[in-house]
Amino acid sequence: MIFSRRHSDLPLRGDATSRFLPWLVGLMVFLAAMAVAGVFVINNVMERWDHDVSGTLTVQVIPAGGDQADAVTEERVLLAVDVMRKVPGVVSVTAFDKKRTLALLQPWLGNTEVVQDMPLPRLIDVTVKSDARIDLTEVAERLSHAVPGASLDDHRVWLSRLINLSRTIQWLAIVVVVLIGMVTSATVVYATRTGMAVHYGIIEVLHLIGAHDDYVARQFADRAFALGVAGGLIGLGLAVPALTAIGWAAKRLEGGFLPSISLPLSGYIAIGLLPLLAAGLAMLTARLTVHGTLSRMP
Amino acid sequence: MRHRPRGENIIRFDSVGLRYGLGPEVLQDVTFALPSGSFHFLTGPSGAGKSSLLRLMYLGLRPTRGRVVLFDRDIATTKRYELPALRRRIGVVFQDFRLLDHMTALDNVALPLRVRGVRESEIRKHVPELLSWVGLADHLGAKPSTLSGGQKQRVAIARAVIGRPDLLLADEPTGNVDDHIAMRLMYLFEELNKLGTTIVVATHNESLVSRFAHLPRIHIEHGMVTTLRHVPPEEME
Repeated sequence: MIFSRRHSDLPLRGDATSRFLPWLVGLMVFLAAMAVAGVFVINNVMERWDHDVSGTLTVQVIPAGGDQADAVTEERVLLAVDVMRKVPGVVSVTAFDKKRTLALLQPWLGNTEVVQDMPLPRLIDVTVKSDARIDLTEVAERLSHAVPGASLDDHRVWLSRLINLSRTIQWLAIVVVVLIGMVTSATVVYATRTGMAVHYGIIEVLHLIGAHDDYVARQFADRAFALGVAGGLIGLGLAVPALTAIGWAAKRLEGGFLPSISLPLSGYIAIGLLPLLAAGLAMLTARLTVHGTLSRMP
Repeated sequence: MRHRPRGENIIRFDSVGLRYGLGPEVLQDVTFALPSGSFHFLTGPSGAGKSSLLRLMYLGLRPTRGRVVLFDRDIATTKRYELPALRRRIGVVFQDFRLLDHMTALDNVALPLRVRGVRESEIRKHVPELLSWVGLADHLGAKPSTLSGGQKQRVAIARAVIGRPDLLLADEPTGNVDDHIAMRLMYLFEELNKLGTTIVVATHNESLVSRFAHLPRIHIEHGMVTTLRHVPPEEME
């Protein structure tokens, strides 16, 4: 074929950029996929925490001292159960015996034999109606007056701290994604400028025969888009097995250290869109870079 | 073609000066006007400023002072996005051809049409025709690296004229060809001129200029236009 294809005015395919840019974009997409997955997983976990603890209260009874410690503690637990059952909106009240309390500690301590004889606080699990409006401060005061050593925990304090920490991590992940985008853009700017310097002679000829800046910019943008898509797919190809492996490893973790880690469907969609976003960013950056550089030509 | 009525100025320079960076002025107080449909030689020794003057004419440079009016547009006040439309009315034969090495002769010649968004069917019709006209019918698919100096020059000329420009600027177009081809190229330019294209041929080939002594010349020396001579038809041989 004597006539070549339309977009061959600039021989960009042979440039060094064509070799390194896809790998670099691939790495960036891989890192972005990890960060995006982190954002969605944390969000998912936070929602589950919130769902799991809302509608539940925990009463903690400090064990009594003295010769009749166990009997007194048991009596206080029964008293606390009685107080809580009288609170309007409470659905169920379940006191945990020592054996069950030790079972709760097992994931953290391993062998619980060493703490068998230690004075462990007794826990009472209280379930309330989801729409119940309970004045927790008043209930806590009533409980502490009625039962020595009893306290009410509605999980909000530690949950809010945990959520704060999670949100901070989420923001950090978002900042990481933004930084990755900036680094990708900077790389494309450098690659485009290098390409323009290499092909300056051709660009000048196109300019002098009446090509608009966008005619040249479009060719660089199209090339950057193609390289961005290629790089994005490389990154996605690396990220999918990595995320699968992390998910598999997380599932193998026994005990309650970590809540179940899973990526929601929206997370998969966001990660699936990353190659297109990277390619779009590369295309836009290349186009703007060419326009900026050509604007200095007469 | 949008050729203007003969006689109107197609390009005018008023006290134009040009310097590169902080260097000395390579062109000083250049003042002249070219009527539409005229054919001029631009002569002068090497380094006199011929190429710089041509670059100003094909909008490859902006003057550091003075006024350039091209197709009735003052270049200083013309918006940058309007310049491509003016450039498309100018055909340029560069001294070093400036063909794109990765393209065939056909693609090189088709380039000005592609830039203008001309349909491929039109391109496929007109470009081979023109290349045949300049004697390169057998080299349509040849890359510039396989062509001789003369052949490259003809491809460059074909590229310059394919868009049927109002103004054709040629920088030493006969520099790399033998006398026979040089004469053929000059006759080609004359044919284009008869069709209404204004032509400026920069050369330091005095024997060529003397063979076409009837043509007016702009002579430039030390960056100044020293002679603007026009031989009236009645004085011609």
